[in-house]
This record gives sequence, structure tokens and C-alpha cells, in this order.
Amino acid sequence: MPQYQLTVNGKRRAVQADADTPLLYVLHDQLELNGPKFGCGLGQCGACTVHLDGQAARSCVLPVSQIGQKKITTLEGLGTSQAPSKIQQAFIDEQAAQCGYCTNGMIMTSAALLKSTPKPSLEQIQAALAGNLCRCGTHQRICKAVQRAAA
Amino acid sequence: MNAPLASSLLSRRHLLQGAAAALVVGFSADASLARTAAALPAPKSVAKDAVDSFLALHADGQVTIYVGKVDLGTGTKTALAQIAADELDVPFDRITMVMGDTATTPDQWLTGANLTIAQGGGELRRACATARHALVNRAAEQLGVPASDLQVAQGVIQSKTDAAKSVSYARLVQGGGTGLKVDGKAALKPASQFKVVGTSVPRVDIPAKVSGEFVYAQDFRLPGMLHARVVRPDAIGAKALVVDDRACRKLTGYVQTVREGQFIAVVCKNEWAAVKAARLLKVQWSAGAGLPDQATVMDYWREQKLAKQEVTQKVGDAPAALAASAKRIKATYEFAVQTHASLGPSCAVADFQDGQLTVWSPSQATHSMQTELAGITGIAEKNIRLLYLDGSGCYGRNGHEDATADAALLAKLLGKPVRVQWMRDDETARAPKSPPRLMDMDGAVDANGKLHAWSGDFYIALNHIAAFKPLDFPLLAATDLGQPKPGNWVGFLFQNSGAPYAVPNIVVNTRHIEQAFFRSSHLRSPGRIENSFANESFMDEMAALAGADPAQFRLAHLSDPRAVAVIRAAMKLASWETRSGTSADARKKGGVARGRGISYVRYNNATTYVAAVAEVEVDRRSGQVRVTRVCVGHDCGQIINPDGLANQIEGGVIQTVSRTLLEQVNWDRQKVTSVDWASYPILRFAQAPRVEVEMINTPGDVAWGAGEPTPTAVPAAVANAIYDATGARLRSIPITPEKVKAALATVKA
Repeated sequence: MPQYQLTVNGKRRAVQADADTPLLYVLHDQLELNGPKFGCGLGQCGACTVHLDGQAARSCVLPVSQIGQKKITTLEGLGTSQAPSKIQQAFIDEQAAQCGYCTNGMIMTSAALLKSTPKPSLEQIQAALAGNLCRCGTHQRICKAVQRAAA
Repeated sequence: MNAPLASSLLSRRHLLQGAAAALVVGFSADASLARTAAALPAPKSVAKDAVDSFLALHADGQVTIYVGKVDLGTGTKTALAQIAADELDVPFDRITMVMGDTATTPDQWLTGANLTIAQGGGELRRACATARHALVNRAAEQLGVPASDLQVAQGVIQSKTDAAKSVSYARLVQGGGTGLKVDGKAALKPASQFKVVGTSVPRVDIPAKVSGEFVYAQDFRLPGMLHARVVRPDAIGAKALVVDDRACRKLTGYVQTVREGQFIAVVCKNEWAAVKAARLLKVQWSAGAGLPDQATVMDYWREQKLAKQEVTQKVGDAPAALAASAKRIKATYEFAVQTHASLGPSCAVADFQDGQLTVWSPSQATHSMQTELAGITGIAEKNIRLLYLDGSGCYGRNGHEDATADAALLAKLLGKPVRVQWMRDDETARAPKSPPRLMDMDGAVDANGKLHAWSGDFYIALNHIAAFKPLDFPLLAATDLGQPKPGNWVGFLFQNSGAPYAVPNIVVNTRHIEQAFFRSSHLRSPGRIENSFANESFMDEMAALAGADPAQFRLAHLSDPRAVAVIRAAMKLASWETRSGTSADARKKGGVARGRGISYVRYNNATTYVAAVAEVEVDRRSGQVRVTRVCVGHDCGQIINPDGLANQIEGGVIQTVSRTLLEQVNWDRQKVTSVDWASYPILRFAQAPRVEVEMINTPGDVAWGAGEPTPTAVPAAVANAIYDATGARLRSIPITPEKVKAALATVKA
């Protein structure tokens, strides 16, 4: 089984995995990072979103063999419950979750947006999150949280 | 007033003896995440009539609350802790919640039917009140002061006149239980003394959920855990003729294929291998049992064999009144088959060691799952323990129970810890569905423009319940093993069939169809959402028949001041303008037409009141409908957590706009063809309406539920808004562009 040297949340991690293993399974099952979530395995819902060199990417359809030297950031890499990042704190302040299963993708996608567009309009937020699905109907609060983080 | 308590007459020694069996040591909720079954919290009292089943007062001042209800992502872990904090007079942040562990929490029936706060919270509250009163009495004895001289704050009982005289709960119980029986008549705290109830305490689970620290069922791991995928046919009812795992054997990490009857699973050491093995396993399937033609399914549904008919409402003589009426209309409404479509496919982990089956499950019904799993695994109920872990939101019986049964059966067969993670198509296509609905309405108004006669005839799926447990529900694993399970577990679909208005002549009939063609279960607001779509759409049609403003027409037929208040609240939020007939846009042609519609529902015609005003834009060319804003007036009695309530109402609106405009399960004559988010689309960000909420609080009243009422009001409000915008009646959910264009074509110029 091939071995890969990954940079995950600033740490070097050696993993063994078949070349076609989606990054999600490496992160979730081998490295036991619970932030990225399995939602569809098809790149349709956004629950598995991570950052590759700061860009939002769907880890469920990304083979580990294609990561190369790109730096991987997961939700855990942004902050902790005790020391949350600004965007995580904004989700807490707006209580922008119900079941919270989509939250990883919402935060990771929004965090990438705020890097490129620090003051997004509501339309820009909605466009950035167009590929992220929320089943509980928390859309309004998520948009408010992103606006709060941008303020 | 403190009611006299039988338990307060018991001697202290007796109490401690009683408590010994329920001895509790301090631990956090994370104990349910122990990575071996042996390290889990020991079983304790779970009898519903015992206070110690609901709470433990620890020596360090911490309190553990045990409830059989679970938090399905709605915030009830926080809300129930608020209820307990006030009723016990302990600080909120000293409470740890344990939910849905069958070995340590009482069976409070499944989490659903809008009952977690009203029934689950009510039972918890009485247990807490019993404990508080009894402990105050015990303190009075110990401190030598009358109980009336004592007050409780922060878990310490103290004399009102002599601060030196005090004793904590912890000292009184000395690490043991209370030994008390729940006193159903224990005086509850008046709302005026609430400190935590009624405040927007932030949800306790959200910080861990935004940081990846929260452990969902999908994130739970046991040492040596195997990963499995159950392999099932696309065609419903198909049988495996040949199973060939030769291709799987080349996979690194492949362990084996398990076959037990028609239950077939691949088992691997890592998850990706399991995903690939499931794809590589060659199974030759027979043809399926066949499905009705989707194009004519409502005709099919109308013709199905009935198990029974029940009249749910009868006033005066509706048939005679209708026959004699000049101003009379009829309309038929439909509601498509929909599914829960949880964002995260269901997942469960199970272990079978030394005759004990332990299952970490996101099921909303862990207690009744003991019975269901006993039937499937052959293990006695008493040797089965389920521990609840959050899954993705389920909104009813989705795939959680199936995945739980899959994991349990595999653990039993393999004798090793097993994780079963369903795939996207399992959840969307194979999880249970809501049954289709047909509703025939007939009504008349009198010469004064008032409702004169009302008739409803509802074609609903039969609910198979035995002792309020889904014992006849065909979990996939049960069916795979050949266990006959012919039932639907669809909820109380007759609820809200009755008209909520004052009408001199009413008859409402429900026809209970014996068998649905899909495995059918309850989906958020089961029955109430479909019935209210028909009733509230028809009420709008009756208002139009009478030439009346649809909001004023509703008010004219209601006398309950709380009903009137929620309607007026929604009208005010929306700046409702009284009108007769449709909007000005409806008389134009082409372009985008705007309109607004109203609906009103009292949940089960007995509890929470809700009114909704929806605003829509209808693109006449494309038939696309956009819901731009929904204003909700809401009264669920005593509000426990205002922001948590607002979150539920907002979510209820947005999810139901999705169901109203987009959602229907599609199928061919063999299989469900809605398998993922492309084939079962749900609402996206740009389509989500703005939601504005006016919550009416009635402190001291029963705290009714708030998860299910709002959705019931949304479909009709949207359909009525489309009528206002265009003059077209949309009587079939979902309201697709094709249906809108067809309805627009029938509007007279």
C-alpha cells in the first residue's frame, strides 16, 4: 500500500492508503479528524469540505494520491471550542446550527470565501455556499454568521 | 404549596437503602463514548416512576439528568437542562445530560410527535419537583427548622432567616440516590420564579459542533472495529440468486462477505475497502416485486384496500347542507411521496461480547429498538443496550433504525465491533418514505359569506402500532432475514384532518389504506402537514368563493383568542393589506407576478398555534416559484428558550419551502430513482426565504412543542400566495414549474 506524507493542520502526517482512497477517509478514519463529514461521496453536498492551500475542496472525491505537497486544513485546524476562530465564534454567536452535520462544510467554505472576499454581500455569501446543502433549514442563520464574521 | 409526600415519611436509613441500588458516581456525558462496553456507565434505575431514573445529585455539586428523549439536533438537550435547572434550583452549568441510553435513562417513548418538551420535559419536571420538595423536607428535619422557612438556590437549601442553617443537596443524598417515587402532584415552580426557563441559553452542543470536537455516531470508533457495507438490490423486493466475492478478495483490508438469508454484507478492516468491496461484490438479483406507475399513483392510491374508515369530525349534517347549497365548490389535493433525506447517511456501531449487545445509535427510539433488535438478532432485550449518539438530523424515522439493525446483526454474527455507514443512495432511496396523500374537499358558503358546510375525505396510510411500538415495522435487516413485518409506522395521520373553524355542518372522514407500496414511516409533521395543506388551501378557496379577504375570513370563523393572536401577529409582521380577490399582478400577463398567502394551524387541533404569511414571486414563463419571505405568528405556550424556538421555526419554514416546491421521490416500476442530491434536490441558499417570527409567550402555561407545528402551515401559505399572485390554484405538492404552467394555462383571462 502506498505511503503519503501529508501536511494536515500544520503537522506532517504519514499515512498508508490505496492511491484511489478519497482524502476524506484518510482524514476521518485514519487520522480520526471528525470535522470533515461524509454526506454523499459525490461532491454534491459540501459536508466533507477541507482547505487545500487555503482553497475549499471536496475531500470525498479527491484521491489522496493527488494531494501532493498541498497543505490540508480541516475544521480542527481553524480553532477549538475553547479558542474558536472568528468564523467559528460567529456560528456560535448566531447559534447557526441545528443538527450541525453540514456545519463543517458551511464554515470551511465561508472561511475560504472570507479570505478572498473579506466583506461579502449576502448574494456573494449565497453564491459561495450554493453547493453546500443544509437539511435542517438553518440557511438564514448561517448567512448571518458569515456576515458577523466579516464585520 | 408542598404536597405531602409519602416518601418524606420514610426514615433516612430506609431512603439510603433504597438508594443503594441506584448508587451513582459522577461522570460526564462523554462516558457514553467509552471505547469498550465494559467501561460504560453501569446500568441504574430506569423505572419511570422513580426520581433516581431521571436525576443524580453528585457529591461535588454536579447534577446528571437522565432522559429517554434524545436531541435530534433541535436543541432539546439544552432546553431540558433548563427545565431541570429551574425545577431543581441548581445552576445550569452544573448539569450533565444523558439522553437515550437504555441502561441509564427511563423509556419516555420515542423522540417525536412534537412531544419532547411537553411530555418528556413534563415528566422530567415532575421528577425534579418531587426531589426538590422531598429534599427540602429532609433538610427541615436535619436543620430543625420548618420547611416553609427554607429556600433553595444553587443546589443549596438554606434558611430564609438564618443563613448559617444550610445544607446542600449533595450532602443530603451523600452520594446516593433519593430513593423517591415520582409524585405526579408535586407542586411545580410558578413561572414567576423561573430564572433559566424563558432565556436564550446558548445551545450546549454548538461549540463542539463548530470545531470538529463533537462525536456523532458517524465519528464513533471502537478498538478493532470492522467496517461493513450491506449490499442491497435497487429493485425493491429482489432476491439474491448468486453472490460472488472473488473480486473483493484482491482488496487489501477485505475480511469477508457475510450472508444470512437475504442479508448480505461486505466486511473490511478500513472504510474505503468496504466501499470498494460493496461495488466489487457480484450479486445476481431476481426481478423486484414491482411498483405502481408513478404517473397515475394517485389513482392507484384511491383504489387501494382500506383497513378501516373513521370519522374524525362531525357537526350538523354536512351532506344535506352541501346538497342544498348554491355556493359550493369541490377540490382535490395531493401530496407527493417524500423522504427524510438526512444530510449525513445513517451510521451505527455495534459490539457483541459475552452475550451482551451494545449499540451506539442515532435512533430517535433507542428504547423500542431494544425490542426490534431482539427480534432481528435473537438476543434477549435485557441483554441489549443502545446508547444514543447524534446523527444527522432525521425529521422522523429515516435510515437510522435500519443502519442500527444492520450493525447489530453484523456484530452478533461476527462477534466483533462493527461500524455500518450507509451510503448516499441507501439514505435517499432505501430509507423509509412518507406515504402519498389524497384529500377530497367539498364546501359551501351561505348568503352572508360565512362557512355553511365543510366536508373532507382523506386517503391516509394505516399506522401499524402495537403498544405504541413499531413492532411490525419492516426494518430492512428483518425483511432480509425473512421475518414477516407487514406494517407502516407512519404516525398519527388523522391528526389535523378536522376543520379548525366554526362551521355549522362538518364531516371529515379518514380512509386508512392497509398497505403502502414503499416502506412507510413518519416524516416531520406526519399527517398534519398534508391535512393542513388541504384544509388551509380549501379555506382560501372558500374565502375566494365568499369574496372575502383570506385573513379576515379566517378570523371571522375563529373565536379562540390565541388563534386570533397568532394570525394577527403574522398579518402585522407582513403588513397584511386586507383585500378581496387576487392581487393586481394576477390581472396582468407575462413577467413575474407577486402575491401573498396566509394559513393557520393549531397543531393536532389541540396544542401549538401557528399562522404563516408567505410572499412569492411567480415567473409566468418558466413557472418557477420563489418564496421570498415568510412571516410566522407562533404560540406554543411557555417558551423555554426563545432563540432555540426561533431556530426551530425558521428551520421549519425553510425545510418546508423545500418540500413544498421541490421534493418528491421518483421511481420506476422496479426501484426508487431518487438516489442522491441531483435526483432528490432540496432548497439551496439563494432559494431560501427570509423568515420573520413573532413568538407569543404565555408564561406558566404548558410548554408545547415547536418542531412540527410551523411546517404544517407552510405549504398552503405558499399555494395561497401563488393564487394571490396569479389566480391559479396549485393543489398538488410539490409545486413544480410544470404544475404552475399547467395551472396558469387554466386561469381565465
